[in-house]
Parts: sequence; C-alpha cells; structure tokens
Amino acid sequence: MNDRFVVPARLKTTSMLLIAIGILALIGGIASLLTSHVDTDRARFWSVLLHDSVFFLLITTVSVFIQAAVSLAQGAWIVAFRRVPEAIGANVWVFGIIALLVLFSILGFRDHTGHNTIFPWVTNKGDKILEGKEAFLNPTMFIIFSLVAVGLWSFFGMKFRNMSLAQEKAPKNETKIYWKLFRLSGLFLLVYALTQMSTIPWLWVMSIQAHWFSTLFSWYTFASAFVSGMSLIMLWVIYLKNQGNLELVTKEHMHDIGKFMFAFSIFWTYLWFSQYMLIWYANVPEETFYFKQRQQGPYSIIFYANFIINFVMPILILMARPSKRNYFTVTFMAMVIIFGHWLDYYQMIMPGPLGTEWHINWYEIGIFMGFAGILIFTVSRTLAKSSLVPHNNLLLKETAVHIA
Amino acid sequence: MAIKKFAVAAYDDEAVLFPAVKKVRKSGYKLHDVYTPFAVHGLDVEMGLKETDLHIAGFIYGICGTSTAVGFISWIFTSDWPIVYGGKPHFALPAWVPITFELTVLFAAVGMTLTFCYLNQIMPGVKKHVFHPRQSDDLFVMAIELNEHTPEQEVLNFLKSTGAKETNVQVAEEGWWYGRWDKKEEYEALNAG
Repeated sequence: MNDRFVVPARLKTTSMLLIAIGILALIGGIASLLTSHVDTDRARFWSVLLHDSVFFLLITTVSVFIQAAVSLAQGAWIVAFRRVPEAIGANVWVFGIIALLVLFSILGFRDHTGHNTIFPWVTNKGDKILEGKEAFLNPTMFIIFSLVAVGLWSFFGMKFRNMSLAQEKAPKNETKIYWKLFRLSGLFLLVYALTQMSTIPWLWVMSIQAHWFSTLFSWYTFASAFVSGMSLIMLWVIYLKNQGNLELVTKEHMHDIGKFMFAFSIFWTYLWFSQYMLIWYANVPEETFYFKQRQQGPYSIIFYANFIINFVMPILILMARPSKRNYFTVTFMAMVIIFGHWLDYYQMIMPGPLGTEWHINWYEIGIFMGFAGILIFTVSRTLAKSSLVPHNNLLLKETAVHIA
Repeated sequence: MAIKKFAVAAYDDEAVLFPAVKKVRKSGYKLHDVYTPFAVHGLDVEMGLKETDLHIAGFIYGICGTSTAVGFISWIFTSDWPIVYGGKPHFALPAWVPITFELTVLFAAVGMTLTFCYLNQIMPGVKKHVFHPRQSDDLFVMAIELNEHTPEQEVLNFLKSTGAKETNVQVAEEGWWYGRWDKKEEYEALNAG
C-alpha cells in the first residue's frame, strides 16, 4: 500500500512562492501603508493581517474540532483520511503565534488622534458605552483569553496527532489510547465551546465594532469557520488522492465530507439570516447601524456576494448526491466556499476600521496567498512525516467498508 | 397489480443471504424482493436496485412549498389586505422567510412520505402480502417471481442449495389492496387458491 507521502517538488516550490509573495506584500504594506499618514491606510495594514491570521487560525482549528467530535461519537468514517485533519491540527500553533503577534500589535495601534480604530475599546475614555463594557473588554482580559485559547487549541492539535501516532506503536488491538482520546475529545469540545464558540469571536472580531453586539455572533463565525475548515480538509484529501495516496478513501468518504460542506453551508445561512432578520425586524437603531453599513453603500456588493456564494451556490450545486461524489464539483465548491467565507470574515472586520474605504487589491491578495503558502508548506511537511494510513487504528476495518 | 406465484426462501444469516442473492441474479430467476428485519448495508447494490428517485420528488415538493408560501403571502400582504405595521414595506421578504422555510419542509416531508408509501405499496389501513411472519423478526426472506414456464421444484431445490432454512411456494397479490387485517378471509382465500 502506498502509505507514505513525499512532498512533491512542485508543491514545495508553489508553497515557497506563495510565502514569498506574502512576504513581498507585507514589505510593500509596511512601505506604503504602515508608514502612510492616512489613518485608514495604517488601519488597513493591520486589519488585513488581522483578517487573514484570524481566518486561517480558525479554519485550521476546525480540524482539531472535527477529530474531537468524531472521536467522541466513535465515528469510523474519518479514520481513512485521519492524517489530514491531524496534520492541519498539529500546525495550529503556527497560525496561533502569527495571530497572537498581530492581535497584540493591534492593541498598540493608534490613529493620529490617539484612538485605536480597530479595537476602539482599548482607548475608551469618554465613551460611556465602552466604559461600561470595560470589565470584559480590556487589554488584560483580551491577552489572557487569547493566550489560553491559542495555547489550548495548539496543545490539543498536537496531542491528538501524537496519540494517533502512539497508537501505531502500541500492541495490536490495544484500547488504552483509544479511550484516552475519547475522554480528551470530550474535554476539547468543552474548551472549544468556551473559546471559539463563544468568547474568542467576541474579543477578536465582534469587539471591532464594540458598540454593537449580537448573541448569535460566535455561533455564526463558528459555522463560517467550520464549513471552510471542512472544505480545506476536502481539498487536501483530493490532492492526496490525486497523488496516489489515501487508497482507503473512497467516494463514500468524500460524500461524507461533502455532506458536511453542504449541511454547514445551510447551517451558516440559518445563523446568518437569524441574526440579520431579528435585527432588521426589531429595527433598533443601535443594532441596525451594523447592517446598514454593510447592506447599503460600498459594502453591499460583498454583502450580497456573501449570500450568493455561501448559500445559493452550495445549495444548488452540492444538493444532489452525484455532485458530492464528483471530484470536480467538490473541489470547485471547496474553493468557492473557502473564498466565500474569507469574504464573510472580510465584511465582519473591515467596516469598523476602514469605514467606506475598502479595497481588495495587491495587499489583500498577497497576504492571503502568503497565509495559504504557510498552510501548504507546514501541512505537507507534517503529512510526509508519518504513514498516511493509520494501520493500527482500531476502526480501520470499519472505515474501509464505510458506506455514506 | 396482479396475483402471482412466488418461490420464497428464508435465510437466518446475512452472510448466507449475500451469496444467495448473487447466485439468484446470476441464475436468471426473477428476484421479486428481499425482506430483512433491519437495513442491510450494500444489499441494494447486490440486488441491482437502481438509485431511488424519491429525493427528486422531494425537491419538487419543496419547490412547490416555497412557491406556495411566497406566492400566497405576497398576494395577501401586497394586494389582498395590505397593512403597514412596524414601518416595514408591504413586500417584507425577510419576515416571510421562516414561514416559507417551514412550508417548504412541510410540503417536502408530507409529499415524500406519501410517495414513499406509494413506492413501497404500504399505507395504514391497506393490506399487503407478508411472505413470512418472521421477516420482521429474525429471518431474511427472499421472494422469486415464478411464471407458468418456471419449474417450481427446480427453483426450490436451487434455493435450498443456496443455504435457505425454509422454502415454499406462495400465490399472492404483489401490490397493495384495500382491506382490514381483522377480516382475514379474503386474504387466506387468496393464498389457498
């Protein structure tokens, strides 16, 4: 069985090239944006970094979450391609460190009047609403929550992979590691619920427009991250299949990942719409300004594109059974979904610091490519380190005969 | 629907059932159906059943539900009885989405249930022939359709050779018919003939 993955030279060059583009964009950003005298240019420099680092960190963390959720449900379908989420999860720390650097730098960001326009609660003097929120929205709280969350995600990401690798060396049919993984999965879900599904999006994303709040926000960002995280796993699985690896993965396994991509696109729409409709219906000015800013004016194109790419396209293209079992449609839709949710995060973050002055040009695209390069580079390196088939996994037989 | 003659074989193990189904299909006998106490994965593929079209029906029912809801609500709120409330426009689409969604689900669910019942020829208050009383308990029952040219004994011997625990020949209505289970004369008369 072809169970070793050797990083092809082409993939390595591509990832290096992408990282180089990212670094160039960063240098260009420092030269033309960070040193600019215009406040929105400087805010744009940081908020684009914030957008991409948070987006990539959250979608890679999804790989840890899906391992935990499936291990807790004792699901066998994931075992055939388990190394993929493991490899992505084991690299959460890379994106974690980048995100922490960016987030903590932004705490020190000031415009020419001395205000922090990205996280306005940092400089809250004179703002009654933000002073009232100070018990939660303050730099100490922010730093503690961020460190704890990133630390725990990275720890569990590496731990899950190490345990899975330890299972390979354990005696045949040894169940000790299996049950340990089972218990740790439950623990991780608790950690995840208290971080990604609640506090972290409040602090990292929702606090950009700190006057506004929505109780649904964290669930909505989670759904966004989850569906793009599953699409990311799908892209890796298909890439490895095309390289001749992952022989155990059949169309049945792909169908299951496709179901996640489809179902959670609908779930995302459900949350997105629930948040939107209640605010639209109640029509309270302090809530509606958030959507007015996005739906009317320069962001409206992103607002509607978001809805079309993330809801209309998945429901029409991914609904039928054959399209979830077709390499072309799932690859195409996985890329569309990742792009769509990248846009979704974009419109969550940008209207706060940039106002109406948004651009997607060389800087945004370059930084995105840089992060994609880091992802490809680190994950492919981790994948190559061990056998792609978990030969000693207790559920290997079940996964081989799995039917979607 | 028609009354037909069936050769019936009961198996007590799915590991025996699978090769038996394969042999029956290879032999050229007409496989009527296989009844199992639980869903046996892969059996539909083994029997050569084609993918069901039920979901296409479901999609059509869903579209009907969506258009009924949007059409009806928009007719009421924009032309039949327009009222301004909450400062919303008459054509207040976001507010209708929950109802549209519910009606889509309702139409799809009810329509698919009825279609499913029709495809399987089952319905409350409707009778269908049961080949073996233990087919919903612990036996896997396979029915082969016979015609006047099929040698009965040969088929039964063949079924025995595939590992069947019980075999017999039954004359039965293949589809559903209206009737009540407490009036069994009709049903028994049918099988006696």
